[in-house]
Amino acid sequence: MSVMNSVMGWVDDRFPASKMWKEHLSEYYAPKNFNFWYFFGSLALLVLVLQIVTGIFLTMSYKPDAAFAFSSVEYIMRDVNWGWLIRYMHSTGASAFFIVVYLHMFRGLIYGSYKQPRELLWIFGMLIYLALMAEAFFGYLLPWGQMSYWGAQVIVSLFGAIPVVGDELSLWIRGDFVISDVTLNRFFAFHVIAVPFVLVALVVAHVLALHEVGSNNPDGVEIKKNKDENGIPKDGIPFHPYYTVKDIVGVVVFLMFFSIVVFFVPEMGGYFLEHANFEPADPLKTPLHIAPVWYFTPFYAILRAIPDKFLGVVTMGAAVVILFFLPWLDRNPVKSIRYRGWQYKVMLTLFVIAFVVLGYLGMEAPSPVKTFIAQVATAIYFAFFLLMPIYTKMEKNKPVPERVTQ
Amino acid sequence: MKKFIYALLIAALPGLTIAAGGVQLDKAPVDLHDKASLQRGAQLFANYCLSCHSAQYMRFNRMARDLEMSDEQVRENLMFTTDKVGETMNVAMPEDQAETWFGTAPPDLSVLARARGADYLYTYFRSFYVDDSRPFGVNNAVFPDVGMPHALWELEGLKKPVLETVVHGDQETQVITGYQQVTEGSMTEAEYDRAAADLTNFMVYIAEPIRTERERLGWWVLGFLGVFFVFAYLLKKEYWRDIH
Repeated sequence: MSVMNSVMGWVDDRFPASKMWKEHLSEYYAPKNFNFWYFFGSLALLVLVLQIVTGIFLTMSYKPDAAFAFSSVEYIMRDVNWGWLIRYMHSTGASAFFIVVYLHMFRGLIYGSYKQPRELLWIFGMLIYLALMAEAFFGYLLPWGQMSYWGAQVIVSLFGAIPVVGDELSLWIRGDFVISDVTLNRFFAFHVIAVPFVLVALVVAHVLALHEVGSNNPDGVEIKKNKDENGIPKDGIPFHPYYTVKDIVGVVVFLMFFSIVVFFVPEMGGYFLEHANFEPADPLKTPLHIAPVWYFTPFYAILRAIPDKFLGVVTMGAAVVILFFLPWLDRNPVKSIRYRGWQYKVMLTLFVIAFVVLGYLGMEAPSPVKTFIAQVATAIYFAFFLLMPIYTKMEKNKPVPERVTQ
Repeated sequence: MKKFIYALLIAALPGLTIAAGGVQLDKAPVDLHDKASLQRGAQLFANYCLSCHSAQYMRFNRMARDLEMSDEQVRENLMFTTDKVGETMNVAMPEDQAETWFGTAPPDLSVLARARGADYLYTYFRSFYVDDSRPFGVNNAVFPDVGMPHALWELEGLKKPVLETVVHGDQETQVITGYQQVTEGSMTEAEYDRAAADLTNFMVYIAEPIRTERERLGWWVLGFLGVFFVFAYLLKKEYWRDIH
C-alpha cells in the first residue's frame, strides 16, 4: 500500500491525477434524485468509446476505394475473424448513438437542463449533436452501397440550392461532378480523423462544463444552494461510487438491448442497415426511393415539406440551429416540468409528436397527403420554439421545493 | 380539421398504403438449420445460377464447412469454374461478353437476398411466364421486363398467365390472377415450390453465412448479461442502502 501511495505521490507532484479523480469522480457531488432519464449521458459516452474502438478495427480491413469499398465490407463480414461482430457493433452503434442522444436531449427539455447556469453546457451538447450528424453522414457513404451513394448525392446536391455559389460549392465538397472515388476518400478522412477529433474535444468540454456548474436533476433544484458545514451539498452524493455502480446497471441493460439488435436483428428491419445498401453503388442506376437513415428523417421531411428547394434547405438548417437558442427562448425561470404550467407540457408533447411524425414521413415516398401532414408537423416543430417566449411567460408555476424530492 | 384527422389516420396505417401496388409476395419458408434443404439449394445454385451469375464473396470451402459437406463432395459436385476450394464462387463468363449477350452483366448474387428479401426471391423464382414480346420469351410478374431467361424452365416447365381486367376509376389494367401450364417440366408444382424454397434458403445463407452462428452466440451473450445484471443490481442496492 505504501509503495502504491508513494508512486501516486510521485505522479501527483508532476500531474494532477488524484486531483482530477477527486474533482470529476470521488468528490463530484451529483444530486441524489437522478431517475431513468439520467442514464443516457453516460451511455452516450459508452457508445462513443464503442464506436471509436470498433471503428479502429474496421479501418484495419476496410478499403476507402470506390472499386474495393463494397467488397472490403463483405470481406470483413465473411473472412475477417469476428469482423461481422465488429461491423454490426459499429452499424448498430451509429443508431444507438442517436437513440441515446435523442433521449438525453429530451431529458434536457423536460427538466430544463439548458437553463441558466447551464447555457454553455447545452451549446456544447448541441455542437456534439452537429458533429455526430456530420460523423454519421460521412460514415454512411463508406459501405458504398446504393443508399450510401445516392443518399450522399442528394445531400451534397442540397448545397447546390444556395444561390450564386451553390453549384461551385457542391462541386468543391464532392471534388468531382458526381459522388466518386475522390469523394469517398475525403469522406473517409473526415469520418475517421477530423470529426472524431472534434467530437472527443467537444465531449471533454461538455463534461468539464457540466462539472463546473453541477448536474441538474428532476426537480430542477440547485443543490449547491444548500450546503452542509463542510461545503458539501446536502442533496449531493459523490459520483463515484454511487453513480458509477448505478450506471453499470444502466450499461448492462443497454447492452442487452444492443446485443439483441447485434445478434438477432442487425438490419433492424431495414432501419439500421437499409436493404438497398446491400446493392453496390451504381452511378447509372438511381433507386426509385431514396431515404436517409431514420435519425435524419425528421429533418429530411422538413426539407421536403417546403415546396421551394432553397427555402427547404434553409428551413431544415433552421430546424437544427434553433435548438441552440433554447436557453434564451424559454422565459420561465422554473426548470423542471414537474413544477411548470400546462402550456409548456402541451407544447412539448406536440413537439415530440411532430418530431416522430416527421421522422416517419421522412422515410416514406412523398404524396400530397403526406406532404400536407409534414407541413403541419413542421409548423408545430417551429411553433414550439418561436412561440416559446410568449407561452413560457404565461405559465402558472407550482411552488418549487427547497430541496430535492425522492 | 377533418382532413387533418383523416391524414393522421392514414399516416398511422403504413401497412395499408404499402399493400397497394406491386405483386403480393409469398412467404418464403426459410430455415437455415435445414442442412438438407441448403445442400439441395447449393446444387441448384451451382447448376443453374453460377453459369451466368457469380457469388464472388462466398467461398466454396466455407460453404462446405457450414453445410456439413466434405471439400471432396463440393469439388466433385458443385465446382465448375475452379478446382481450389478456397476460391470464391466466380463466374466463367467474361463481363464484356455478358454485356453483349444480356445487355448488362448479370448481377453478383452474394448479398442479393439481403437487398431484396427472401420472399421476393421465392416469389420471383415462381413467377416466370411466357411472353413472346420479350427477347428470351419469358417475363416475370415480380420483376417486369426482366433481362434474364427462365433458367429453371426445365424443372418448372413454362406457364402462361391468366389475366383479368381490372377497372380502376377510368383506367383499365391487366392483373395476373393465376397461371396455366403450357409445357410440362420435370417437376410437379409441389416439387418445384420446394426447389424454389431450397434455392431461396441457400441464397439467404450465402448472403450472410455467419447468421446461424451469430444467433447461437447471441443467446450466450444475453445469458451472460442476465447474470451480470443480477450482480450489478445487487451491488448498486448495497451501495445505495444508506442514501435517503
